[in-house]
Order: sequence, then C-alpha cells, then structure tokens
Amino acid sequence: MIISQTLEEKVKQQIETVYDPEIDTINIVDLGMLGNVSILEKKVTVELLPTFLGCPALGIIKENVIKAISELNEVEEVVVNYINTPPWTSASITEKGREALKKFGIAPPPIQLESDGSWQVDCPYCGSPYNTLENIFGPSACRSLLYCKECKNPFEAMKPISIL
Amino acid sequence: MKITSANEVNDPKNVEYKKVLVDLLYQLADDDFLHSFRGSEWLGLVPHIEEDVAYSSIAQNTMGHAAIYYELLEEIGEGKSDDLAHGRSDAVRKNAILLEEVNGPGGWLYEEPKYDWAFTVVRNYFYEVMKKHKIESLKTSSYEPLAQVAIKVQSETIYHLMHWRTWFYQLVSAEGEARDRMKAAIEKAWRDVGGLLSLGPNREAMVNTGLIDGEEVLKERFVAVVKDAFEHLNLEYPGEPGMERGDGRTGVHTADLKEAINTLAEVYNLNPAVSW
Repeated sequence: MIISQTLEEKVKQQIETVYDPEIDTINIVDLGMLGNVSILEKKVTVELLPTFLGCPALGIIKENVIKAISELNEVEEVVVNYINTPPWTSASITEKGREALKKFGIAPPPIQLESDGSWQVDCPYCGSPYNTLENIFGPSACRSLLYCKECKNPFEAMKPISIL
Repeated sequence: MKITSANEVNDPKNVEYKKVLVDLLYQLADDDFLHSFRGSEWLGLVPHIEEDVAYSSIAQNTMGHAAIYYELLEEIGEGKSDDLAHGRSDAVRKNAILLEEVNGPGGWLYEEPKYDWAFTVVRNYFYEVMKKHKIESLKTSSYEPLAQVAIKVQSETIYHLMHWRTWFYQLVSAEGEARDRMKAAIEKAWRDVGGLLSLGPNREAMVNTGLIDGEEVLKERFVAVVKDAFEHLNLEYPGEPGMERGDGRTGVHTADLKEAINTLAEVYNLNPAVSW
C-alpha cells in the first residue's frame, strides 16, 4: 500500500530536521518555536516564535528553515517570519524536547514556578534536586548556570520564561 | 481605540496618531540601544567572571529589544531598522541623556578604561525600574503590535531588574568605600534621571491616543519603588528627579552621544549598503 504524504506533512517533516544551532540534540519544533504553516500553491509561509529577542541564533534558524523546505521539489518559494504573538515561553518545549535537552547536559525548565517566583530543577546527569544556582545568566540568553552538590558536576538549565 | 497593524497606522485618517507613535517608538528604541551599547563596553572589565556572563547576556537581550522597536518603525515606513540604529545623527536621537553618558574616563581602544561600576549599577537599576513600569503600561497600548512586543520584552526583563536590584542593594548595604561610592553615584545619576521619565513634547498626545500611561503616572510608580529602596537602605531621598542637562526626547544631547555613535557605527559607516 502506498501512502502519499500531503505537502503540508512533508513541509513539517523538513522543519523537524532543523536543530538549534547551539544545542544539537533538540529541533526547533520540540523547542516550541513553530507557529502556523500555510501553503498557497507552491509558496510556503512559516511563522516562528523567537525564544529570546536578542538571540543571535534566530537568523541562522530562519536560513536553515528556508533551506530545509526548499529541498522539496514541489516548493518554489519559502517565506519565514518571526512573530511576537503568541509569545514563546519555556512551557512551549515538548516532552520529547525536554528529554533532548537532558541529553545535551541541560536541565529542562521547571514546569511550575513557586509562588514567590523561585524555581528548582533536577541535575540532568544524576537527577538530584540538591544543586545551587551559580548564575541566572549563562552562555546564551536561554540558559542558567548551576552546580550539582550530589554528583559534583556543573550543569546548565533552560531559564524559565513565563508571561505573568 | 485599537490600531491593529502597520497598514492601519498608514491610513491617512491616522496621520496624527502615527506621528505620536513614531516619537514613542524612537524613544523606546534609542533608550534600549544606547543602554545596551554602554553595557557592551563593560565586556571583560566587570568585577568578576560570572558578572561578565550576566551583563553581556543582559546587554544582548536589551539590544534585541532595541532591534524589535526599530523593526516596528521599519514596518510603518521609517526606513530599514539597521539604518535607524546606526545611521541617525545625535541631533535626531531621542534617548535620555543619562543613558548616553560614558561609563567613566578612558576607553577601549587607546586609553585604559577606568569605568565607574557604582555609577553603572545605579544607572542600570534606575533604568530597569523605569523600563518595568513602561513595559507594564505598554502591554495595553492602543497599538497592538507594540502591546505584543511588550509582553515578550517583559518576560526577559524580569531577570534584568532582579540582577541590578541585587547589586544596588548589596553595594549600598556594604560598609565603607562601596556605600560612599554608591551615594556619590546616586547623586550624580539623580541630576539627569528626570530625562529617563520624560515622554517628551508629545506626552499628552501619547495618553490621549492610548499609547501609554501618562508621564506623571509612570513617574509616580518609579518614585514609589525607588523611595521604598532608599528607605530600606537608610538613604536620604534626593527629592525631585533632575533634568539638568536637558530632555533627550527633544534632541538635546551631550558630546558623549556623538562619540558613542561614531564608535558603534564605525563598521556600519564603512559600507552602509552591506546587509547585517
């Protein structure tokens, strides 16, 4: 039996091949960056949600999405736009994405913040919650630096971002 | 009244609205742009390595905020955002004078930089307190694309304010030189802090068009937070915020801005046609 894929399915499959340029275990769909995809004959328009407005990876991701979709023979034109609404939050990361972050040594963001805004994550290596926040800011806008007191490893965590 | 798109702004019946919106967007963009530039000058010079990570991350986020405001201007026909950021002279800039002031004597290229960390902490704390209240107000702006941006910006700036508030409280609470230098820096910054709170000559029209809350309302919210901090830290409240060197919203600036633009636009000016 031959199941033919629709163009929309093919486009989405191509978008899933685009990974975060700095965290190569997670694709942009699992990061929660994909908005609407619309197809009008041979033109594909993709909306992406920026994680952090100043993130230098945004330009690279945009180019990579255009490249990936352009590989499809049925497509003649690809337009990628960053949109500001709905805003990306760290809750947009999928369950699969959370696992992918751990593989890279990054703790996924806490699902819920405490009522005073504080938060806690588990060490991505040993799972221990016995760790300290060294720096809320990290090597990129979306990450914080922590240290695990249990397994004595420094690690990073996705910085929780929410709209209050 | 709500304006939902750039197209609607350009409807001839909204010509007055557009004029006021453009003024506000330049203020927001130029403020964040200069603030971020002064922050970037600290790279490698801050008191310790973790601060280098933190401050450069904050400056990068803030540059992203400036960029998105310049992009909103581009959308309504003001020109390309890169040109708006790099190609405008000091005479048409609308940032507050407090933000253009050098970090201290010296510089990156030719002289040893002797930047003033106390002044930087004070300026940044005041700036983030003001920004918090502006952004909060912009979330219900009549220009919906701006309201959407405000929600996004707010989610990032929570951490910025937390950061500078911590430095401010800790250095003022310390004994000896730290507290003295912080007091001197507060006195210096206070002379121009009024410019940060100004909405410029279109202040009334900004309220009437529903773009942002009134200048007095925003100022009250700013003063309430700062007064609370001063009381907690046993500092004397300096009184009415000053604007001794004038209102940057009207195009009044100092030589520091001219020099900053010459520096930050040096590469851009080599060939403005190159895309970034």
